[in-house]
Amino acid sequence: MSFFIPRKTTRREVLRGLMGGGVVTVALPFLDCFLNSNGNALASGAPLPVRFGTWYWGMGHTPKKAVVEKTQTGPGIEFLDETAALIPHREKLSYFGNFNMPLDGNSNYTHFSGWVANRTGSAPESQGSIPATTLDLLVADTIGKGSRFQKLDVTAVGIARENYSARGTYNRGAAETDPVALFNRIYGPAFADPNKADFKPDPSIILRKSVLSSFTEQTRDFVSTLGAADKRRLDEYFTSIREVENQLAIQLRKPEPNEACVIPPKPAELSPDQVASAREMDSVIETHKIMSKILAMAVACNQTKIFNMVFTDNFANVRRTGETYTHHLLTHEEILDPDVGYQPLSFWFNQRSMEGMATYIEILSSIGEGDGTLLDNCLIFASSETNYARLHTIDGVPVYLIGGAGGRFKTGTYVAGGGDPITRVGLTAMKAMGVPISKWGSKSLETSKPISEVLI
Amino acid sequence: MGSNASLCSVKKVVAATCMLLLTACGESEPQTVGTPPDMRRLTTEQYYNIIHDIFGSHIQVAGRFDPLVRTQGLFAVGARSAPITPAGFEEYYNVARAVARQVVTKGNREVLLRCAPVVMDGADETCARQFFTEVGRFLYRRALTSSEIDTAVLAANEVAVTMKDFYKGIEFSLTGLLVSPSFLFIIDSTEPLASEEAGAQLTAYAKASRLSFLLWNTSPDDMLLIAAETGELNTNEGLQLQVERMIASPLLERGISAFFQDFLDLDKFETLEKDTIIYPAYSIATAESAKEQLLRTIIYHVVEQDSPYPELFTTRKTFIDHSLGRIYKLPVNRPDGGWQFYEFPENDPRTGILTQMAFLSLYSHPGRSSATLRGKAVRELVLCQKVPEPPGDVDFSLFNDPDAPNRTARDRLSAHSTVPSCAGCHKLTDPIGLGFEEFDGIGQFRTSERDVDIDPAGELDGVAYEDAKALAQTIRDHPAAPACVANQLYAYGTGRGATYDEREFMVYLQKQFADSGYSLVDLLRDITTSSAFYAVRLPQEESSEFSSASVGSSSNQERGS
Repeated sequence: MSFFIPRKTTRREVLRGLMGGGVVTVALPFLDCFLNSNGNALASGAPLPVRFGTWYWGMGHTPKKAVVEKTQTGPGIEFLDETAALIPHREKLSYFGNFNMPLDGNSNYTHFSGWVANRTGSAPESQGSIPATTLDLLVADTIGKGSRFQKLDVTAVGIARENYSARGTYNRGAAETDPVALFNRIYGPAFADPNKADFKPDPSIILRKSVLSSFTEQTRDFVSTLGAADKRRLDEYFTSIREVENQLAIQLRKPEPNEACVIPPKPAELSPDQVASAREMDSVIETHKIMSKILAMAVACNQTKIFNMVFTDNFANVRRTGETYTHHLLTHEEILDPDVGYQPLSFWFNQRSMEGMATYIEILSSIGEGDGTLLDNCLIFASSETNYARLHTIDGVPVYLIGGAGGRFKTGTYVAGGGDPITRVGLTAMKAMGVPISKWGSKSLETSKPISEVLI
Repeated sequence: MGSNASLCSVKKVVAATCMLLLTACGESEPQTVGTPPDMRRLTTEQYYNIIHDIFGSHIQVAGRFDPLVRTQGLFAVGARSAPITPAGFEEYYNVARAVARQVVTKGNREVLLRCAPVVMDGADETCARQFFTEVGRFLYRRALTSSEIDTAVLAANEVAVTMKDFYKGIEFSLTGLLVSPSFLFIIDSTEPLASEEAGAQLTAYAKASRLSFLLWNTSPDDMLLIAAETGELNTNEGLQLQVERMIASPLLERGISAFFQDFLDLDKFETLEKDTIIYPAYSIATAESAKEQLLRTIIYHVVEQDSPYPELFTTRKTFIDHSLGRIYKLPVNRPDGGWQFYEFPENDPRTGILTQMAFLSLYSHPGRSSATLRGKAVRELVLCQKVPEPPGDVDFSLFNDPDAPNRTARDRLSAHSTVPSCAGCHKLTDPIGLGFEEFDGIGQFRTSERDVDIDPAGELDGVAYEDAKALAQTIRDHPAAPACVANQLYAYGTGRGATYDEREFMVYLQKQFADSGYSLVDLLRDITTSSAFYAVRLPQEESSEFSSASVGSSSNQERGS
């Protein structure tokens, strides 16, 4: 029998790895038989997973150059010059305009309060303080179980600290900055290709798990000697251990065959010149593209259900070769061009950011899943920290929700906020993801009103 | 380096003797009640140091752990609140596996395990027990309990039997030790006071850790652990002996270097970026040299020469290598490309560490200098003064007059001083930073910007200066400079800001510092032999820290102009 002559296979044959008897080592084609006949569930009958992501860019939009403002919620988003790259994707997202961000007397900590209030539902009381858990982690607590990584945080600007996912001021991990490190973390030896039939778990994993459990039990003995704050930190430590134990447990199970999962090519190591110019805008664009492909496939391969991407950071420390001003400085010091009424160089950076968002959408929607795309089974909360960076305005911070959330979210809609608290958008996103909360946010940002017009 | 070692030794002995005499003559340390015990997560550098110190510098450690939050001006204080996130633990676990794997490879195992197993293809409880007893003591910075040793040995035996490999057992179990909170956190273990009074004190082991991480930035060595185990560390004489031994060690340079990296926020070098079109002389290698130059200058000044700390801001003595020669326009004659001692001439505009490339490039933008960032850094890092956050409602149109382009930094910043909401902060920063304007965004000297002569005059807290050299002297003479370093060194060692209860002690410490001629080594000696440094109390009542909290504010590279 030749391995090269295709014949019709049954799902049972593939799953058992019985082709030709023994262990099959040939690459399997991506077969529709991995899905049910409706294309909306895995062969096992389990529904296709729904995932949640965030996408961040710094410095908001240029007024009257991004999206036509409307006073009524309804279908149709009118993109302008700055967001022209999103026009082909207008039916894959909804836009939320004119939502306010009351800070209840707290200062507007420049380029900080905006993202914190938007993602935690609470205004920070000082620069650097994060008063509550960000919404991606609230979603992770609901849907994040069962995948290898609780979440993956990635940034294209080379600054690991620039990660807008946290459970408080101090509980804010590092984002991946290096494409090779990201690739190795996901697709290294611990990765089990779901489409390989010869799954053989490493027997040492059971021992590793056992050893880790032994030491964990041992550690619990001295918890009683600690103060309350340190006990909380130890609790977080134990939670973290469970994540690694979970990773080990997952490595022992044969992953469900997954048509969408194709291991991407390993990226090239960054050259010293590339590292030295990580925040040059062309480098950011390229790094973002490479890392987005790796990240998107990690989602498709069910390695995580929560994925966060930072295109540019909240202080937009990105630059253009030969230009003495960074994007951030340009927003404040670039002269308004009287002929066009805006800051041309700042506008240039904002345009690149929207092209980055479009690239992200293209990558996620290029991966087929079921009878749709990966993006159809995701919801991405894309936002910035300011509305108009030149004046540090935070009312009207733009938010896009991208993707279909597995059929639970309505795209193609302009949502007019009418000055309502911006937390309504975050609550809507969490509702779409099935987070069991009835209200979100604190003080004037508290809301119990999700936006029903975009929830299905 | 090391040319004045004998002189330094004499000074150290004299200083120690003076300290004893002062104590005997009644210059006694004010009493403090201490703070509740806590635990600090190891910094990345501490983790690396410990692994290399225990297992050898040939063991490769490649990991990037969760970043700490800079709190009250120090990552060491942020470490006190740092948790271990799931992704962070994953990284610790992967690094631990890699370290443990290297420890048991052929060539290493013969050296790092001081016993050979009777059988290679199974368990050897005796050898495993010996290994974990010895290594665990260094990793946990205390003797392991019998239960902890049993856990490690049983786990190792299970793996060894199952995998028929003694060393696999050691490897797997060592991984467990390396991810234990007893290793990853520096824990203030306490015990009841020895006297009849109610209360608690740090255990001798915890004292040893506090001492070792401040002076050497690593775990206690064998002698220090023995001093803890024998009770020697709980006596004044025993403590002083250990302090003198550790101060005399070459590892002191590493400890002081770690402090200044934190104090001066040199982690910023990790993300420093310059436009090489605008600054062709800049490269990653040059930036690394700039950081090393700064640290070499500091170590030479405060350790080898034991010179007064404030004179760091006016010293003309430094070290340069080939790449820095391009920045400073100096010939570097060493054929091997290494470092050479250099003293700037008296008439050179460069004087002190703030006119070195490290400071000047860190506190600039990628394509130009920044008087605001430099002035803010002097206020916050060197003088420990808080500069308020910029307001969120500035109308920048005031600075955007197309008919009057601002050609120099002074022109641009003078606009800020006309706007009340900006002026308050910019008056604190810009007059300092403008003094450094004769140095561009990577620290190259210049006399003009956009064809306009630069005026580097300014004032600092009422003292006018003409140029960077005079500014350096003003900073040297500023009373806040030595007070700042003393406060921050104490905070760095304890992992917290000084409390209200410690205000008299801090005054005492600063007086001791002044009396020593601002010897940083003497300051370390005063701190590490004080009672306050080790004082703990049971956590019934929280004491407020009197340093103003400034969480994470310096992590943002670029604000204002």
